[in-house]
Amino acid sequence: MRGLSFDIAHMLAGSLVLVSFMQLYQDRLYALLNIYALHALILAMSVAWQAFVQDAPHLYLTAVIALVFKAIVIPTALHKIIVRLGIHREIETVVGVGPAMLLGMGLVALAMVVMLRVTAEADPLAREDLAFALSVVLLGLLMMVTRRNAVSQVIGFMSLENGLVLAATGAKGMPLVVEISVAFSVLIAFIVIGIFLFRIRERFDTVDVQALDRFRGERR
Amino acid sequence: MNFDALAGVLLIPALAACLLAALPGYRLTSRLNVLATFLTFATAVSLFVVEPRSGPYLLVDDLNKVFIVLTTFVSFTTSVFSASYIGHEIEIGRLKLSYVRFYHAMYQVLMFAMNLALVANNIGLMWVAIELATLTTVLMVGIYRTHEALEAAWKYFILGSVGIALALFGTILIYMAARPVIGEGVDAMVWTVLITQAAKFDPALLNVAFVFLLLGYGTKVGLAPLHAWLPDAHAEGPTPISAVLSGLLLNVALYALLRFKMLLALNPVAIAPGPLMVTMGLISCVFAAFMLYRRRDIKRLFAYSSIEHMGIIVFAFGMGGPLANFAGLLHMTMHSLTKSAIFFAVGHIAQVKGTQKIADMGGLTVTNPILGWGLVLGVVAIAGLPPLGIFMSEFLVVSSTFARAPWLTIILVFGILVALGGLFLRLNAIAFGEPRGPTAPADASYVPMFAHLAIVFMAGIYMPPALVTGFQNVARLLG
Repeated sequence: MRGLSFDIAHMLAGSLVLVSFMQLYQDRLYALLNIYALHALILAMSVAWQAFVQDAPHLYLTAVIALVFKAIVIPTALHKIIVRLGIHREIETVVGVGPAMLLGMGLVALAMVVMLRVTAEADPLAREDLAFALSVVLLGLLMMVTRRNAVSQVIGFMSLENGLVLAATGAKGMPLVVEISVAFSVLIAFIVIGIFLFRIRERFDTVDVQALDRFRGERR
Repeated sequence: MNFDALAGVLLIPALAACLLAALPGYRLTSRLNVLATFLTFATAVSLFVVEPRSGPYLLVDDLNKVFIVLTTFVSFTTSVFSASYIGHEIEIGRLKLSYVRFYHAMYQVLMFAMNLALVANNIGLMWVAIELATLTTVLMVGIYRTHEALEAAWKYFILGSVGIALALFGTILIYMAARPVIGEGVDAMVWTVLITQAAKFDPALLNVAFVFLLLGYGTKVGLAPLHAWLPDAHAEGPTPISAVLSGLLLNVALYALLRFKMLLALNPVAIAPGPLMVTMGLISCVFAAFMLYRRRDIKRLFAYSSIEHMGIIVFAFGMGGPLANFAGLLHMTMHSLTKSAIFFAVGHIAQVKGTQKIADMGGLTVTNPILGWGLVLGVVAIAGLPPLGIFMSEFLVVSSTFARAPWLTIILVFGILVALGGLFLRLNAIAFGEPRGPTAPADASYVPMFAHLAIVFMAGIYMPPALVTGFQNVARLLG
């Protein structure tokens, strides 16, 4: 049982890293959103598996939040925003796909080297989870800096946050995980509502963040 | 005595937030806002009289008492300033009446979040509170709904979110380090338990955790490579919020960093957190000092000055030792008071002139003598000229570190002097010379500004022995 539960947790966490890579090379917003929904779905499965393995029923709540909120509600809302703003064809990356993938591989290698070395004494499940989680966090960061579009930056942030939830659930017996995942959901809801309510499109005629730079206070 | 002051500093703002969210208008609500912050301040002071017992979620010790009293005091005076500032903004139609209800409610939520972060005994709870504080300030920065305000809010939002995300990763790593020693469950995140067991934690995990915490909370402190959100957020939001951001929120993030520094300092094998903080502090100080020279916007100018001073404070705490910690603590207090006083003046000046551009101001000491000289006094204080409080604290920082690391201290002094030049260059254009722009008399509340400046002036000449002993205790606690 020990071997199987470990393998499944390993597979789910590994898939999360893989899906993070898939996000890096998407060049359409719809596709990116779908991949993000997949990301959240795998996270939900991984958290549910951790809840089962650790016999921690409260983690099921985190899994349900991940499934309902992140995999269904948020992608649907963003989908509507994209339709409303008419930006479904746009996507701009600062660096090309090739360099982005190479950078991503470098970051994953870095995460592995750092985390596996420092957690040599921790139990192997938590250890590998942490290494994968850090990879997902770093790939999320990479995505945020390689995209100019506000919506895809938000998706980058959300996948970063999925990595954090993976780390928190991998740390066995960690308290406040549910509270933290709720706090994060509030944060994300705010961001999404923010994009919508602030109506960046109306104000700036584009959600391209680079256009916002024109309004910098000091370049008047 | 049944009344629990610890619950008071949390419940009063929370209840006030609900009440202010429900009430229309601004005259009554701005007074209620002042009343609520005053009550919170009074409750915070009572912490010194009766010390409540610490539980697994909330704690009070010498360190956070100083922070709580400073936070509640500045938020009280800021609410007084805010009442007259908001009144004027509504008159000129810059702020819609419907937003005022939201503004006051958010102000109280911010007070709640900052107090919660300061009294939290659980590192997870502390993180949630800082996140809440970030969110409320983001909403307030964007409250004018202009291009600039929205851009500033967005930038602050994204950078702040990344910062707190990294801080959470660090928090999780601290838990991972604590778990083998303390065992699973809530105890492994409770500060008072962590600090007793820190020597037995896995040093390698602690090291990595601290790097994440430094980057995460350091973003919120506004340390140099991570500061990009700070000038925009200060410049585009309402001025009371700039005062609270500079005077308080940066301190709260610094407080979180100090807690973790204490944790690391107790572990003999882990890296010393000091040199990392010293490096970031010095970079912030020197970088921000040079940035002062090219500022055209008055609020941006003082935002960069905040980065510079946070750099000095982080440098002092990074050097460590009772004397440098004392100096850092004093400098933090003086900076909070002076910088918020400056923002009180700047808020009214920008209202009189109808702009924040330095080029459109001039001769303030002639046209609006009280505001003009108030600003001059504030800048003299913040630049660190004797005999004011900041001179005292900067002198202490320099003298306490010079013997140990002369070269680093020389870099620090260089930064301070460069900043002094930059500030006076700009001050000269604003306060003296040919009057420019509108010269209508200001409908201002001068009391908060001069109250702060009076305290800073007093502190430069005479410090009450009780205060010195209190600060010395905290400095020893910080190690």
